[in-house]
Amino acid sequence: MTVTSPQSLFPRLESLLPRVAKPIQYVGGELNATVKDWDSVDVHWALMYPDAYEVWLPNQGVMILYEVINERTDALAERTYAVWPDLAMLMREHGIGQFTVDAHRPVAAFDVLGVSFATELGYTNLLEALDLAGIPLHSADRTEAHPIVLAGGHAAFNPEPISEFIDAAVLGDGEQAVLEITDLVKEWKAQGRPGGRTELLLRLARTGGVYVPRFYDVDYLPDGRIHRVVPNRADVPFRVQKRTVMDLDDWPYPKQPLVPLAESVHERMSVEIFRGCTRGCRFCQAGMITRPVRERSITGIGEMVDRGLRSTGFEEVGLLSLSSADHSEIEDIAKGLADRYEGTNTSLSLPSTRVDAFNVTLANELSRNGRRSGLTFAPEGGSERLRAVINKMVSKEDLIRTVSTAYANGWRQVKLYFMCGLPTETDADVLEIADMAKDVIRAGREAAGHRDIRCTVSIGGFVPKPHTPFQWAAQASAETIDHRLRLLRTAISADRSLGRAIGVRYHDGKPGIIEGLLSRGDRRVGRVIEAVWRAGGRFDGWSEHFSYDRWIGACSDVLPAYGVNVDWYTVRERTEHEVLPWDHLDSGLDKEWLWSDWQDALDETEVEDCRWTPCYDCGVCPGMGTDIQVGPTGRTLLPLTPVAPTQ
Amino acid sequence: MSARQPDRPPPPPVVARLRLRYAKRGRLRFTSHRDFARAFERALRRAAIPMGYSAGFSPHPKISYHGAAPTGVASEAEYLEIGLARAMDPDAVREALDACLPPGLDIEECVPVGGGTLADRIDASHWEIMLPGLAAPSVGEAVAKFLAATEILVERPTKNGRRTIDARAAVVSLVVSDATVADTGPAAADGRCAILGAVVRQVTPAVRPDDVIAALAAVAACVPTAPARATRLAQGRLDESGQLTDPLASDRAGALAAREGAPDIAGAQR
Repeated sequence: MTVTSPQSLFPRLESLLPRVAKPIQYVGGELNATVKDWDSVDVHWALMYPDAYEVWLPNQGVMILYEVINERTDALAERTYAVWPDLAMLMREHGIGQFTVDAHRPVAAFDVLGVSFATELGYTNLLEALDLAGIPLHSADRTEAHPIVLAGGHAAFNPEPISEFIDAAVLGDGEQAVLEITDLVKEWKAQGRPGGRTELLLRLARTGGVYVPRFYDVDYLPDGRIHRVVPNRADVPFRVQKRTVMDLDDWPYPKQPLVPLAESVHERMSVEIFRGCTRGCRFCQAGMITRPVRERSITGIGEMVDRGLRSTGFEEVGLLSLSSADHSEIEDIAKGLADRYEGTNTSLSLPSTRVDAFNVTLANELSRNGRRSGLTFAPEGGSERLRAVINKMVSKEDLIRTVSTAYANGWRQVKLYFMCGLPTETDADVLEIADMAKDVIRAGREAAGHRDIRCTVSIGGFVPKPHTPFQWAAQASAETIDHRLRLLRTAISADRSLGRAIGVRYHDGKPGIIEGLLSRGDRRVGRVIEAVWRAGGRFDGWSEHFSYDRWIGACSDVLPAYGVNVDWYTVRERTEHEVLPWDHLDSGLDKEWLWSDWQDALDETEVEDCRWTPCYDCGVCPGMGTDIQVGPTGRTLLPLTPVAPTQ
Repeated sequence: MSARQPDRPPPPPVVARLRLRYAKRGRLRFTSHRDFARAFERALRRAAIPMGYSAGFSPHPKISYHGAAPTGVASEAEYLEIGLARAMDPDAVREALDACLPPGLDIEECVPVGGGTLADRIDASHWEIMLPGLAAPSVGEAVAKFLAATEILVERPTKNGRRTIDARAAVVSLVVSDATVADTGPAAADGRCAILGAVVRQVTPAVRPDDVIAALAAVAACVPTAPARATRLAQGRLDESGQLTDPLASDRAGALAAREGAPDIAGAQR
């Protein structure tokens, strides 16, 4: 409960920076960053993406909330991120706490620490940041002097493994949630913090949209499964609902995208053209938990691209969404933007491309003014049968036709994404990927008229995720994944002439098992995370830092006491009526519908997209009071008034 | 081969070239050259400078850099050259670019290219190196030993392991002074901080401020108590007296003469 405003840690940090790698990532001062006077506002947010700056900075979620909060006159938001072990060691040696990059204020001084989890592999980095900040690791040990630790992002749809370390979690879209939480924190502080921390958490929980784990008890059955999860007090809801922002045109964020000085993973700005996806790919957690589809209008997109480019100077714009070619006006958007930026070397890109020839035309249009790198398609499953299981309906003929068009249009590099270890998969399914890649090269050489083309097969192990039809599925073991990937590589390199033109990028199966443990884990897994962090676990998403043995060691120390083990969480198939750790967290999806979709998967039965066919009752719209919002609006993009050079 | 050419018109030709001096200051001294280059290209776009571009599938703006101070080293005198597709008033370019770069990356000067190359005009740097916790007299002894030697080998970590270089031969002059630097730099706890002034030839492999500091430590166990902080004060061509000549001086003079004799470029713009 500090009264004085916290001092900048930068003068002390500065002398450490010459001793660490890539010091620029710690200095802040990015274009469009905001620093506000501490005492001029009532509520202070520290926003964290628990990974390295180069990965974290382009993250749209954090950038949006940063701006939404900073637009308020009574609140400020600063950013913080995982520091690499070289600096963490020096910070401990010199007694410097986890800091924000904007004003280098100590994270411990903020009212709320909001942490965005895109992946579960950031959990150990959360513990490291809390420890560096001097915030007690366990929610139960915190006092009013400590920030409220709030989790968000896709992994927050099952925050049970980190339930002891966070105070609360928000499911779904954050824009309105952070505003409501800011109001509640402000009011509670203005009232003199009545009832302390518990009262604030209670007020958050009573909104129905903030999950506070401490108000829910979990009982277990003798065999280790969950018996039930129930509130331990009468005034909090049985189920916590996800947030859904409607009318994306009302939320044109980020308006002033941050531009990093350090090199980052995406050297471009992004404009989210719609949110949600109803393609119904059964493996895809993002598609399931972000329903319904809400489009930004063509004119709204045009304004965001224009304003963003002017304020950042980027030369590439990614039109972001889960399946961008599905926007109802994508053709007009592509053409309209390409016309607008004719002659400016501005490149537009779609991060994900569906497999059909229309998309090549689109990509041609989008790259008209700029650089032409490669095209990416995601058939995901190697065989037609498997693609019916996962509901990703693409025929091999479609793919060959599409890539031939791409190569004939001068694209020289095509990337194909696949998954390995999908439910019902056999060795033969995976081997079909090799045939497909070879056919792609054969057809591509013919279409291009020369041999200078390449195809990259990128393949990762499938991890079943909560709130998807595959949440009951047995995950394939690391051995199975490694075995099938070996078969695939051998099959591809068997033909030297074709194999030379095919690159294979893959990951071994072990990290997927740990991700699986964390994804579908329950509160007992929290002890494993803590043990791994205590044993030095950090940056688990990075192969050079990840240690499978450290995780397995911690599991063997912790889990036997509960009568469970890693296999129990990962390769075990769940039955229909098992209580899942996230059942009390409401993504809107009807559990019965998820189960029937799982049965359809096993029967290789496809389901159509509800944007073009009648509703199939996934439950989201009626449950959440939302509706599909799609065009076409019929509007068009007018040419921009040319920007004259300053002066 | 026609399939391999982009199906858009070739970029417009470069009609004017400008030379810029920029500074890297304060916390932004931690930018690497690549960091600066990205920020600079974005500033060109935000300022809508009509850049010339290279041809091909990946067009790049016409920018050529002369060397770059190492990451973590500040500089008052970095140089680059840009090619424009349309003539512009150099002062307007300087102002527009400076406004589009974060404070700490500052465009100090912009002049039309009068001929020659930057490489012809620059062969040495003047560095200022602050050594916290050290007093001038003790550093002076080390400097004397340094200057008396003909070769001082130091090791530098590189991506491919450690590399040994001679830190002595390239150093033209090395002087030490004492200063109160409460407001300018990293004074040690006791407030002492010696300041080195070094004029160093630009040779291959480059001799950097860190190498000079390592050499002083090698000859006289002269080690600062906190990380040293270096700033490149100037670059230029060494004259007979060991002084640096301003690399933009002749461009500036040429521009002035042109402005007096010929129609004003800036006037034509407006």
